[in-house]
Amino acid sequence: MIDRTIFRRATLAGAAALAMFGLASPAFAQKTKLTVYTALENDQLDPFKKAFEADNPTIEIAWVRDSTGVVAAKLMAEKDNPRADIIWGLAASNVGLMASMGMLEPYTPAGATALNPMFLSGKSPQTWVGMDAYLSLVCFNTAEGKKGNKPVPTSWADLIKPEYKNSIVMPNPASSGTGYLTIAAWLQIMGEEAGWKYMDALHQNIAQYIHSGSAPCVQAAKGERLIGIGLDTRGASEKTKGAPLELVIPKEGLGWELEVTAIVKGTKNLDAAKKLADWAATKKANELYAKTYPIVAYPGVANTPPNYPPNLEKVMVKNDVEWMAKNRDRILAEWTKRYDGKSAPKAK
Amino acid sequence: MSLAVPGLKVGLSRDDLMMRAGVVVLAGVLLVMVGLPLWALLAKGFEDRDGKFIGLANYVSYFSTPALFQSALNSLQVASVTTVIVVPLAFVYAYALTRTVLPMRWLFQGISLIPIFAPSLLPGIALIYLFGTQGFFKALLGDGSIYGIDGIVIAQVFYCFPHATLILTTALATADARLYEAADVLGASRRRVFFTVTLPGAKYGLISAALVVFTLVMTDFGIAKVIGGNFNVLATDVYKKVIGQQDFSMGAVVGMVLLAPAALAFLVDRLVQRKQVALLTARAVPLVPRPKFARDLFFTLFCLLVSAAILAILGMAIWGSLIKYWPYNLGLTLDNYDFAKFDSNGWDSYWNSVRMALGAAVFGTVLMFTGAWLNEKTRGFGMMRGVVQLLAFLPMAVPGLVLGLGYIFFFNAPNNPLNFLYATMGILVLNTVAHFYTVGHLTATTALKQIDPEFEAVSASLKVPIWKTFVRVTAPICLPAILDIAIYLFVNAMTTVSSVIFLYAPDTKLASVAAVNIEEAGTTAAAAALCVVIVLTSAAVKAAHLIADRFLFARLQVWRRR
Amino acid sequence: MTNYLEVRNLSKRFGDFSALGDVSLDVVEGEFVCFLGPSGCGKTTLLRAIAGLDPQTSGTIRQKGRDVSALPPAQRDFGIVFQSYALFPNLTVAANVGYGLVNRRQNRGAIAKRVTELLALVGLPDAGPKYPAQLSGGQQQRVALARALATSPGLLLLDEPLSALDARVRLRLRHEIKALQRTLGVTTIMVTHDQEEALTMADRIVVMNHGAIEQVGMPQEIYRRPATAFVADFVGSMNFLAGTLMAPDKVRVAGVDFACPVQDGLAPGQKVSLCIRPEDVRVRDLPADISNRVPVEVAELDFVGAFCRAILRARASADVAVTADFSSNLIRDLGVDIGTKLDIALPPDRLRVFA
Repeated sequence: MIDRTIFRRATLAGAAALAMFGLASPAFAQKTKLTVYTALENDQLDPFKKAFEADNPTIEIAWVRDSTGVVAAKLMAEKDNPRADIIWGLAASNVGLMASMGMLEPYTPAGATALNPMFLSGKSPQTWVGMDAYLSLVCFNTAEGKKGNKPVPTSWADLIKPEYKNSIVMPNPASSGTGYLTIAAWLQIMGEEAGWKYMDALHQNIAQYIHSGSAPCVQAAKGERLIGIGLDTRGASEKTKGAPLELVIPKEGLGWELEVTAIVKGTKNLDAAKKLADWAATKKANELYAKTYPIVAYPGVANTPPNYPPNLEKVMVKNDVEWMAKNRDRILAEWTKRYDGKSAPKAK
Repeated sequence: MSLAVPGLKVGLSRDDLMMRAGVVVLAGVLLVMVGLPLWALLAKGFEDRDGKFIGLANYVSYFSTPALFQSALNSLQVASVTTVIVVPLAFVYAYALTRTVLPMRWLFQGISLIPIFAPSLLPGIALIYLFGTQGFFKALLGDGSIYGIDGIVIAQVFYCFPHATLILTTALATADARLYEAADVLGASRRRVFFTVTLPGAKYGLISAALVVFTLVMTDFGIAKVIGGNFNVLATDVYKKVIGQQDFSMGAVVGMVLLAPAALAFLVDRLVQRKQVALLTARAVPLVPRPKFARDLFFTLFCLLVSAAILAILGMAIWGSLIKYWPYNLGLTLDNYDFAKFDSNGWDSYWNSVRMALGAAVFGTVLMFTGAWLNEKTRGFGMMRGVVQLLAFLPMAVPGLVLGLGYIFFFNAPNNPLNFLYATMGILVLNTVAHFYTVGHLTATTALKQIDPEFEAVSASLKVPIWKTFVRVTAPICLPAILDIAIYLFVNAMTTVSSVIFLYAPDTKLASVAAVNIEEAGTTAAAAALCVVIVLTSAAVKAAHLIADRFLFARLQVWRRR
Repeated sequence: MTNYLEVRNLSKRFGDFSALGDVSLDVVEGEFVCFLGPSGCGKTTLLRAIAGLDPQTSGTIRQKGRDVSALPPAQRDFGIVFQSYALFPNLTVAANVGYGLVNRRQNRGAIAKRVTELLALVGLPDAGPKYPAQLSGGQQQRVALARALATSPGLLLLDEPLSALDARVRLRLRHEIKALQRTLGVTTIMVTHDQEEALTMADRIVVMNHGAIEQVGMPQEIYRRPATAFVADFVGSMNFLAGTLMAPDKVRVAGVDFACPVQDGLAPGQKVSLCIRPEDVRVRDLPADISNRVPVEVAELDFVGAFCRAILRARASADVAVTADFSSNLIRDLGVDIGTKLDIALPPDRLRVFA
């Protein structure tokens, strides 16, 4: 009896020690564990996982989530020995690059034909399939605006007015995908020459180029800055939390980016990955996306999330994704030369 | 003896063979933990984006951009300014702790450590709350802004202060009272005593502290990223290349450039240390400060001021963690501590961090202390010991980002027999130990240098195997240093981000990473809350250490009493 | 008597610096040998080479007929005591002394008995349960000695064992160590820079300088007949008078000729030093025809306790000064004081001449 207790204790201790360092793996895992790399927002993960697993009870999602840059860097670094089974929620520009490097398993999901063609890679079979679009817009802090007696801008052109001197933050395109799509949109709307001239003028009003696409609207929401140029979803969610924020859609149009799904080449769980790719393209899934994103791939699903300006689809600029990818290095080099290299602290 | 006689080949004892085998194994372990992963990334600097070898082309293109020069200058500027501020500040603080009669010395000592317990996000958040556009003390900055060099320097000073204070406290604590008595008898003025006895005595500590601070600032990107504004430094350049553009080749190039000044700093350190060893004598009489009202009052006030600044930053973070919506709704709530609302892992990531920190503390301490001992006590074998020394010094100079990516390339390689470690808790432990190897190794080496060098000779003459003396004598004597290393590893494992952010798996997410994610998602208050939990955990561990030291180990170590 | 230790042509170089140059030496079984010399003379280097702690660059060492030149310390047979005691501070005195015994798979009882015996031997029968830090320096060094002797080594090496101790303790321990060594008959080598220590303890002294042996001999021999000027100067006090060798048995100092023992190795006309120890200067009852008589005046008189050390200036030439030791009796009897005029003699058989 005593012996047994001791034995049991020893076993427990041993198991605890093993578990402590993550060495023990559950021996009873009958479900297929699908490793999903994503840059989706944290609060989206649980609902997405639950909804999918309810429809596919034999599959269990294990998320690897971080910011877009970290997840993309991780995927690229793991290229020779991929750990991810599937990507669900990462920027199309990053995934497009992976497609061109042959890192993806082409697959056309069952419901792909029903989707808005703008959301497809255009290859056959598809290398990636879009889920939703996010935009780079202007977040304006009305409380601070009132204090400083500053008007709400309505266009990109408004932002270069001297009254906004040192009050605008935007993502640094060299470190943030959102930053890049923002300037790429300007260059496409205005043409290259005028675009750079615009940015020269805007540079005078920029207080800071931040290393994140979501931070500008957060900073504007907290009154750190009057105006943030950045991710729409973050602006909307801050407003929901009570920030005195107005989301401004500049009348010239908006840069945008897709979030997409893609199967990673070399996955050991191809069947399960295909099931997720199929599910991600369903109307049901798109209805979930629509809770946070105003524009989704499935036509007709338009459950505009709170605090979004209406009819966003109409203001999206004609975005040439291929042009964006091809000219990325050149544009970033030019941008860095003009604004980053000499970016001494401005407020001095 | 007209002809030069070749050196005698001396036979090796069992001890020698065992020690050398140990050094070889150690070198192998360090190679796997530090050398090879680093090389796996830095080698990318010689490849184009498709992996073709292109020699120095990346370097040529990088060095021809003016931005590099600016970033390098900025890095040097921030590192120098921080060093110039921190080292004198820490020196006076350490002086107060060791050379004056300070009321509640232990409390001041404890407060000086707080910044080490905090993830670098914490000062970032607190400073924005204090000095940001909506901050309470914004007026203090006048026309200046917290975003930019001012903010970086303030945050770096906070972050580096304990490192410098620790080193300088040790340096000043080992003073020889006899020197002061001699100076007193000779009628030297207090100023003269300070400049002829105190300062030279702490010279090595000062240089050491300056180098450590300088290197810490050079390689840290966390603070520069959060509060740096447009102020580019080399470490954020790495971030831009690697995270912003997934351009590992150029990231590797900047990483390599970043190694240069840090490597130089450590070369200086080695040279200075070589001269230092002779100064330590076992017969020194410890200095016990006697009360002197005016002096003690001055230093107490100084310490109060510094402690208040540290506590203000921590306090601001704590308050910030309880605020509903900064700055428009300052109502208080505990909701921000319900982490499941902000991160799907909830409190799990906190427990992961604790497990990881414990693992790193246990594994790292054993490896670092045994390793330092092997390297210090092995006879001959200079080449191999040099390799170990180099590998032990390297991590200090490496930005975590570079090491983390290197780990992916190395451990995830399909033909690496160790790739079973990938995406486990094991690799997080390994990476953390590697990342913080240098300081632990130095602490162990210093402790070993301070004990009688003849113990091994004695045990050889008594035919006792050297490892037995290690277990029975050396390790017990060095117990305080061993515990210091363990605590150091624990607190750093709790806060580390830059390296492990690439390595955690779904079920091994860490609290420090979760805090960064939560902050990025805009819920600053919850991020502050998680940082506060991390600080409190580390502080509790340190407090437990102090209490144990006072009551338990005092009983175990009767032999220290005279 | 057989040679216990034979050192042949031992050299040790550190880069360009030669710490030991071609040193050869024999040590007889049961002998107490002191390596004496100023710091940096190579005495500790030689000791550590014998122990195998810092192996020589070239040369051989044979211990009891066995070539140990290339053996690591653990395979040689010696016990060692350091200036720093090197006691294990976290172990009790008994554990320290028994440290080498525990490893020999002896039973506890036997070890305890041996430890008690050794502690009694070094005069610390009750120190067993104490920790080193609770003992005085002298007591600690005795424990270190007991520890080194515990395994009954054939050779005992003492590296400046007394240097860290107070003068009184040092004196007492000198005798105790010597007595212990005589009782146990263990061949012993001690390194010291203290000539008095060497003279009182050693059977033979090896005087070293600049990595080489200057002289090997019994204490009286070293003191009475120093082989070189260095030995003469380093061991005891010695007057050095600059002069010229006029004939094999005549040295001229400041125009005065002194008779001295016949010098074979030196050529007449050579510059030499004429040497005499202070206690050998004669003052009392000088016969009228005594040779080497010098009229002097007392220039300084230092009270040193049992005797006074006087500096005497030659009346003929103020450049020549001789130091002499005068007993208290002599000073009282002759009424010596500063300024007193005296005649002294330098007995030829006590004079040494060095080139």
